[in-house]
Parts: sequence; structure tokens; C-alpha cells
Amino acid sequence: MAGVVRHRLFWPVVSLLALVVVNAAARPGFVRVTVRDGHLYGALVDILRQSAPLMMVALGMTLVIATRGIDLSVGAVMAVSGAVALTLIDRSADPGAVGTVLVAIAAGVGIGVVLGMWNGFLVTVLRVQPIVATLVLMLAGRGVALLVTGGFITTVTSPPLKFVASGYVFGLPFALWLSATAVAVVAVVQRRTALGLLTEAVGINPEASRLAGVRSRGIVFTAYVASGGLAGLAGILYSSNIMAADANAAGEFIELYAIVAVVLGRTSLLGGKFSIAGTAVGVLVIQTLQSTVLFLGVPSAQSPVFFAFVVAVVVLVQSPQLHRRLGRLSRRHRGPAPATAQQPARDMEVSA
Amino acid sequence: MTVIEAPAPAGRAGTVNRLLDRHASALPSAAAVVILLLLLAGAQAYFGNFVTPRVLSALLLDNAYLVILAVGMTMVILTGGIDLSVGSVLAFTGILGARMLAGGTSPLLVVAVMVLGGAAIGLMIGVLVQYFDVQPFIASLAGLFLARGLAFVVSLQSVKVTSPGILWLQSTRFQAGDWYVTPTGLLALAVLLIGAFTLAYTRFGRTVYAIGGDEQSARLMGLDVARTRVLVYVVSGVCSGLGGLVLTAYSGAGYPRNGIGTELDVIAAVVIGGTLLSGGVGYVLGSLVGVLVYGTIKTIISFKGAEQSWTQITIGMLLLVFIVVQQVIVVRSARRR
Amino acid sequence: MNPANPTAPAAPAVAARPVVEMRGITVRFPGVLALDEVDLRLRRGEVHALLGENGAGKSTLVKALTGVHGIDGGSITVDGVERTFASTADAQAAGIATVYQEVNLCPNLSVGENITLGHEPRRRGLIDWRAAHEQAAGHLRRFGLDIDPRSALSSHPLAVRQLVAICRAMVLDAGVLILDEPTSSLDRSEVERLFAVVRDLRDQGVAIVFISHFLDQVYEISDRITVLRNGRLVGEHVAADLPRGELVSAMIGRELEELETIGRSAARSVDRTTTPVLRASGIARSRALEPVDVDVYAGEVVGLAGLLGSGRTELARLLAGADAADAGTVAVHGTPVRLTTPHRALARRIAFSSEDRRGEGVVGDLTVAENILLGLQARRGWLRPIRRAERAAVVAEYVSALGVRPADPDMLVRNLSGGNQQKVLLGRWLATAPELLILDEPTRGIDVGAKADIQRKVADLAEKGLSVLFISSELEEVLRLAQRIVILRDRRRVGEVESRETDLDGLVGVMAQTPGATAGVTREVL
Repeated sequence: MAGVVRHRLFWPVVSLLALVVVNAAARPGFVRVTVRDGHLYGALVDILRQSAPLMMVALGMTLVIATRGIDLSVGAVMAVSGAVALTLIDRSADPGAVGTVLVAIAAGVGIGVVLGMWNGFLVTVLRVQPIVATLVLMLAGRGVALLVTGGFITTVTSPPLKFVASGYVFGLPFALWLSATAVAVVAVVQRRTALGLLTEAVGINPEASRLAGVRSRGIVFTAYVASGGLAGLAGILYSSNIMAADANAAGEFIELYAIVAVVLGRTSLLGGKFSIAGTAVGVLVIQTLQSTVLFLGVPSAQSPVFFAFVVAVVVLVQSPQLHRRLGRLSRRHRGPAPATAQQPARDMEVSA
Repeated sequence: MTVIEAPAPAGRAGTVNRLLDRHASALPSAAAVVILLLLLAGAQAYFGNFVTPRVLSALLLDNAYLVILAVGMTMVILTGGIDLSVGSVLAFTGILGARMLAGGTSPLLVVAVMVLGGAAIGLMIGVLVQYFDVQPFIASLAGLFLARGLAFVVSLQSVKVTSPGILWLQSTRFQAGDWYVTPTGLLALAVLLIGAFTLAYTRFGRTVYAIGGDEQSARLMGLDVARTRVLVYVVSGVCSGLGGLVLTAYSGAGYPRNGIGTELDVIAAVVIGGTLLSGGVGYVLGSLVGVLVYGTIKTIISFKGAEQSWTQITIGMLLLVFIVVQQVIVVRSARRR
Repeated sequence: MNPANPTAPAAPAVAARPVVEMRGITVRFPGVLALDEVDLRLRRGEVHALLGENGAGKSTLVKALTGVHGIDGGSITVDGVERTFASTADAQAAGIATVYQEVNLCPNLSVGENITLGHEPRRRGLIDWRAAHEQAAGHLRRFGLDIDPRSALSSHPLAVRQLVAICRAMVLDAGVLILDEPTSSLDRSEVERLFAVVRDLRDQGVAIVFISHFLDQVYEISDRITVLRNGRLVGEHVAADLPRGELVSAMIGRELEELETIGRSAARSVDRTTTPVLRASGIARSRALEPVDVDVYAGEVVGLAGLLGSGRTELARLLAGADAADAGTVAVHGTPVRLTTPHRALARRIAFSSEDRRGEGVVGDLTVAENILLGLQARRGWLRPIRRAERAAVVAEYVSALGVRPADPDMLVRNLSGGNQQKVLLGRWLATAPELLILDEPTRGIDVGAKADIQRKVADLAEKGLSVLFISSELEEVLRLAQRIVILRDRRRVGEVESRETDLDGLVGVMAQTPGATAGVTREVL
């Protein structure tokens, strides 16, 4: 039992389950999944589908944070990616053709990769602090997106694009397949190769890793490129959902939600040990909460109050300081605790 | 035979070395001043009517709230932290003040509530950071969410301000020829001077620098790290409250969507002004220069009638130039060792 | 009473009441009993050495006294009044000042600020900077340090920073001064200067706690010695009455002649007719090292001797690719190579263990196994992960061969003692199957047992054909292990000597440029 409680993902999973239980108690329809035309529908499916863009961004963010970095530019990258892709579709001869959409998607993801390389260049070659380096793109990126769309919200009609966010494959939303694939690919690449170990080493002690022969520049660069590419894909998903490129609203605040998701998943903002599974759980917590707030009839503008509350509670629950204080309190009340309860908590290895 | 030797004081090289040894940390701020002067000179050469008392007075007036926010942000960044909540707190205190004024509360009481409201959110962030080991980024993110949500809880719509006391802050102009300054501008300058003085001449200020330099050392030196760090976030909250006051007076209304992204502008201005985000190095006066650089670019772009999106792009690029310059300085001073 | 120090005051009166009395101090950390009913008594006007192996509890005891750690049992009496300190500020207010091993200053502030921080002279509530800098300059002069108090601390070398840290402690006019490993980064003349000040303070009635791994220095300066072992008090002795052998036995709890058994390594002869494993010619880096030649043959241990700042670490870093050289050539087995990154050096089978174990060595939050595998994995690249079975085998091999304790590969490395961390690092480098192993201060700050283990391992490996470049401040260690010693001074190579043809005095003579006393050393005139 103590082992379960001390597992890295114990609290994230408990928060998620608690949210689901509260929702299910308040509205029994929440956990109901119905099958129509062989497709699954229901609140839970919606949450999974809607979480796709955040999942993509949070995955990239996890890798970047593991290298001691941070990527503030993901929202701006989403905006640029969406703007580029939809402008391409809008200007093409046949917006409804699958080929056009594929090219547009490739262009959107490609521009994300390029912007990720730009961030990676600033961080690894020019050695700019990540928070500043990505702040550059965060500020300038939306300006670029506005230039691409000419300052307007570009809307398109294109069934293949619509399919990306709203279509179904094998009974499940296509977007869910996409995000599940992304999680699986990232997890496999990190844990089945040595990339995960080297990334963590670089994040924990960059200089020691360099002297151990780790080519940290390449590792850090890869993380930013992955983050950029995933944000590009998220930009496509977002645009596909509203069938428009909105340079101002696309990915607004998503960097903040992504960072919260990563922290909820127990990856430290100081870098080092990371958990892909944790991030996935964190994303689901955020999405479920959003759905809950909406259900409660709170104006969505006021929902940040709930997020403030969640962030505060979660970081407090995770805070070793709080545990120490509580421990000291209970020890004072009950006398010295048994030695077994005071074993140094050894971090559990988590492979997603 | 000993490795300890005084730096050779002979000749010009000695003087330069001595200067560098003493003031290496002021180099980025000095660079910011140079850039500001270049910008102003370039704009004057291009437009011919840029460097005038009217434009320069407006520069301070238009950016007074940013100056105030930058003072608090500089202190937080000096400790190695960051405060993402300033834009939201600005909006929250602004809309709260506007709503109270509309309800007939006396302006003095309203100002007090706005400042205390900012201080309360700052205190919450500071306590999370200091006593619960929450990273500043995350703690202030909670502050950001909280204040933004609360702003919408207070009102979903813009609230107009009619109180003559508050509007006086903006409409009064103390003139000297074509130069003028408003009470909001004076308030910004006062906050700036108090901030600069506090950092340079009080133990609190020196502790701020010490924490940013090496927190562990600061603690072992017997400095009051805990109190100082909490206080720094409270100061930033107070600055945000005052910023909310100034912005409300400036725009004549409270609006819950005010200040979205302002935290980034402030951070950019502080960094451009020569404060290192890693903490321990920087000056409040440098941040003023940073805000003025930001404001000048905005003014240039509106002079030119170019698209507003160019402001973002230019600020982003300028931020890049600055950090690269800073990086070169830091790397060179590291190699001098 | 102390033969090394004839000016020691005969102080019968001060022995009456200790200025600090710690009794039955117990400190518990999660899962560990760090201190178990330890006593420490400090008297006015004495230098009191606190000795013990790493992990004996010296630092914990000091931190309990200075308010860093709370105590779970026992009492602390200062000047006859029982006290509990909640913070270092409390302890400082009670007149207890500390200089920690890791120099605890702020590199971003000026020297003067660092000295006066927290107790700056003030006028009308504001800091009087002129007075503060004058005060700081006065304290610096007392140490014979002629540096500008307004200069940034970061512009000075580590040794100066150490002295500045001690200066800072002096400003407090403390009755008790704790010096935790103050001499580990000082050269001989700086140590002399420090000891002069320490004696001066002692004569003024300050009680000084001196923690050091250098037993010579302990005997030179201390009046009394308290020995700890495994968190327990072993005993308190008058320094002059405690023979060195007994002291070492008390510290490690067993008769230790182990270090002596390695003695033959230096006498072994090495075949130098072949192509050297590594030959560097005129290798240099601006501000770090003037052009230096060095070669290492198969199976040879080459020692680098020199004071701190002599260029010994700088040379090692250039050969390992940790820093890039500005000039010179390097050949490995006769083939010219460019060693611009550690990765490239490792590909050439050159492994480098930095002197900074915590900052540049271990990756604290990874496990023992991951730390051992890191170098090997880095050389293979991330696309070719090491198979699970191979991983386990490699880790098991080095954990047992090097005697890592506890022998748990899943333990986080930061929870290990310094000596065991060093063994893990040695394991990491050996796992990469190096042909040249560069060890910079591999035994600094670790206990005698681990030190012997590491020395023996190095000697064994060299005998089996590994080339080693060995750097240590402890010249005895260099003389014992290396067949040949290259001597550096002021960033230049000043000589080379066969170990069996010289002794400690000969080596020191060249290092310090003392005329005469250079038995067997080929002096290279520049």
C-alpha cells in the first residue's frame, strides 16, 4: 500500500479519478458511452477528443522541460502552423482534395519543426536561457501568423480537413487516434532507445553529462524540434476543429496549460526525471476540469479561478515541504514514527 | 609564487580592468541605454519630428503602468524568480476599483483596496514559493489564473469610471514649455525611485541580490531569505495594484480583459533593460530604459502607420538582439576569469 | 604543549568553563541516525580539530551547532546558557560564525558587499557604502589581501574567495569560529597566511573549530582533537599527546597499513620504447595554459604535480576535450587527433574524471546503475541502447569490483557518500574501456578506506596495461602511484622526474622553485 501511495503517479491518477467520480455523481450521463453508427459518443469520449491539441503540446513540453528548458512559444507556433496550412488550402484550386489537405498539413507541421529548430538553435548554439529564447517567438510568432493571414481570420470549407478533428476511425475519434499515437511514439522513442536516459542526464546535470561524452546539444535541440513539430500538429487540429485560422485565439494560454499538465504529471520544472504517462494524466485532468466547469454553468471566462485552485492544491499536495510539516506534526502527536515509514523515498522508474 | 595578486593598476589597461571588475554587471544596462539613444536618433533622422517634448512626454504617460509593473518584476527576477501574474492582477484590481467607484465608494478607500488586493495575491504567490517550495513560474501561474478569473467574477463587461478623483490622475498636466507630466507619470517615477533606492541602500535590497546570486549562501550568511522572498512578491503585487490604478485612470474604465500578455511585455522590457533572468544582476533604472525602448518602438510603428503585428515582431527581434548581446558579455566576462 | 607551535598559550584558567558545550546531541535524518549522543566542548582560545572519515558526522555536528539542522536530542550551552538555534542568523547573533567547505558567498556581488552583507554600517537607516567598503578593506588587509573591495567577487580565483569567506566570518567578532575544510583549495603560502590569522584569533580568546582532511595541518594548528566515527563520539584528546597512528586508527576504527601495500606501483618499470598512447606537443589555451608537452605510455601512471592554479587541471581538461585547445597537437598511438569535445576524446578511448565530483561528475538524481552506464551509452549514441542483460552485467561487475557501498544499483547516486560516488564514477569511466584514464583529484575529500581502494585499483589497472594521468594535491599519493611525474608551475611545465629517483622534498623543491633540493629532477629551463 505504501508503495502505491509513494508511486510518482499516485496523486495525479487520484485527482483524475476524483474528478470523474464527482462528475459522475453530479450528472449520471457523464460516464455513459453510447454507440451510434458504430461510433462511440459521450462526455468521456468528448474529453478525450478535445484533449488532443493539449496532449500534443504537453508531450513536447515534457521533453523540453526534462532538458531544463521551457517552450513558451507553442501557442504562437500553433497559430503560425494553422495560418500557413489554412492559407494554403484557401488559395489552392481544390480546397476539398485530400492531396491539398495533406500538403497543407505537412506544411503546417513542417513550419512547426522549423520554428522548433529556431528555438533549439537559440538555446543550444547561442546558449540563450530557454525562457527568454522561446519568449522571442512567443512575442513575434503571432505577429507572423497575422501577416500570413493578412490580419483576417481565414475560414475554409474542406471535408478532409474537417475529418482531422471531427472524423471517426474504428469507432473512435480520429483526433484521439492521433494523440494516442503521438503519446505512444514519444514514449517508445524515449524508453526503448537511450534517448530518455540521456535526456534525463542532461536535465539533471548538464556539465557532468557533457564530460561523460553525452552530446547534449543534439539532445536538447531534438527536444525543441519535437516540441515545435507537435505544436504544429496541434495547430492543425485546432484549425480543423473551428475550420478557421485565428492568429490571436489559436493556442491562447496553451503553453500555460501544457506546463500545468507537465507539472501535474510530476515532471519537475527544474528538469531531469520525466514521465510521459504522467503528462498524459495531467492533460486529462485539465480537460476533465474544463468540462466540469462548463457543466456547472460557470461562464468560461471565470473558469481560471478553478484552475488557480487546482494548481494550488496539486502543487501543495506534491510539495515535500508540506509532507515534512505534516509529518513533523503527526510525529509530535504520536511520538516517533516507526522507522519503516521514514525510509528515504526512492523515486520509482516510470516507463510509459 | 602565490596566486593572489592585485590586478596590476598600471596604465590604461589597468584602469579598464578595474572598471570591468567593478561594473561588469552594469554593462547590459549600459547597452540598453545606447540602443535607446540609437532608436531615438534613428527615428528623429527618419521622421524629423520624433524627438520632441510632446512625444517624449507622451512616452512616459503611455507607459507609466508598465514602468510600475517593471519595478516589481525587476525585484522578483533579481531573486531568480518570475511573476507571471502581473497582467491579470492589473486587470483584477482595475475592474475591482472601477466597480467599487461605480458603487459610490470613496476613491481613497478604493485605491487602498486595489493596492491591498494586489498585495494579497502577491503574498499568496510568495508563500507558495517560499514555504511550499513551489516553483515561481507555477506559483505565479496560479496567481495569473486566480486574478484573471476573479476579474471576470467582478464583472464580465467593461465598467466606466467617472470619479473625478481618479480621472484627475490622468487629466492633470503639469507643464513646462511643451514638456508635461501627469500625476500618473509622477507616481511611476516615485515608484521607480523608491525601488532603486531600496535595492541599493537597504539590507532588504541587498538581500534580494544575494538570494539571486546564491540562495544557499544567503541563508548561511544569516540573511533573512524567507521574509525577503515573500516580500518581493508582495511588492510586485502592490506594483500591479498601482499599475491597475494607473491603467484605470489612463483608459477611464476597468476591463476584465486588460493586460492579457502584459506580463510578457514587462518581462521583455526588464530583460532588455539588462536584468538577467537567472537572477542577481540588474537594475530598476535599467528596466525603465527597457520600458522606454519598448514604448519607443511602439511609437515609431504608429508613426509609420504600419500594422500592429509589426510591434510584436519587432519587440521579439529586439529582445533577441539584446539577449544575444548579453550572452556575449556574460561569456566574455566568464572567460576573463 | 604543542611541539609544532611553541607560542601556544598555556591556558589553565580558560579550561574552567567551555564557551560552547554540546551534550548528547542526537540528529535523525529519514532512515539514518546521523548523530548519536555526541558531545563537543569548545574552550576559549583553543583550536579544536574535529576529525572523522566522511560520513562520521562532522558536518552534521557543525550544522546542528549553527542552526542549519534541528536537533532531536541533547543540549547546546553557549556561555553557560542553554540555547536552541532556529537559523544560522540566531547562531551568528550568539557569536558563532562558520565558513563552509563550499565557499558560501554571492558571486554576483562585490568583495566588500560579501564581507559586510547583513551587517552593513548604516546611517539614518540607509547603508553607508563608503564606510562598508572601508571596513571591508580593513579586514582584507588583516589577511594581507591587496584587492579592491569594490571588485566583483566573480573576478577572483577560488583561493581568494575562500579567504574572503573567512574575512566575512571575522567581521562578526565571533567568539566561536568554525572552519570546515578551509584549506582544501589553498596553496602552502595561503595556508600559512590563514594559520597566522587563526593563531592571532586564538590568542585573542576565540574558540576555533578546525575541520580538515590534512593531518599535517591538524597537528600544526590544533590544541585539541575530537574524533567522530559513524555518528558517535570516539574521544577528545590533547593534540600533542595523540600519536598520528592512534589518531588514524581512531578515525577509521581499524589498524590501517593498507595504503602502504600499494607502495610498489611507482617502482615498476615501464617500456617507453613503443609509440606512446598519447603524445601532446605544445598544447595550450589562452589564459589557462602555456604550451606544454606531455606523453603517456601504455601501462604507465604519469603524475601531474603542481599547486592549485599551476595548470594541472587545465592540462587535463585540454587532453580530455573538456576545453578546446588553442594551439598544439595531440597524437593517440601516433595518429594526430583533434580532441574538441569530451565525446571525441571518449571515442579515442580517453576518459576524464573531473576534480568537481558533485558539479561535473555524478548525475545525482540518476541511479548508481544509470551513472555507471552513462559514459558507455553516450559513446554508443542514443539509437543503440544497451541491452538489459548487458546492462546488468556491466553494472554488477563494477559495483563489486570497486566495492561500491551500499551495493544497490537502484540507489540514487546523490544518497551515496563521497567515496562511493567516486567509485561509481571510476566505474563509469572503466566501463567505456579506456586506454588513457585522466583522474583529477580522485581521492579529494573521501575517507581513508575508499582512498586506499581507489589507489589500489588504479595501480592494478596500470599493471594490466591501462595508461593513467594522475593529479592529486597529496604528493605522497602521486609519488606512490606514478612512475613518472610532470611538474607544472604558473601554467608552464617546469620539470619531469622519475618517482624512484626523487622524494617529497625534491618534488616540492621544483614545484616551489627552491634552489637546491632537486634530487633526480631534470630541470627544464625556460
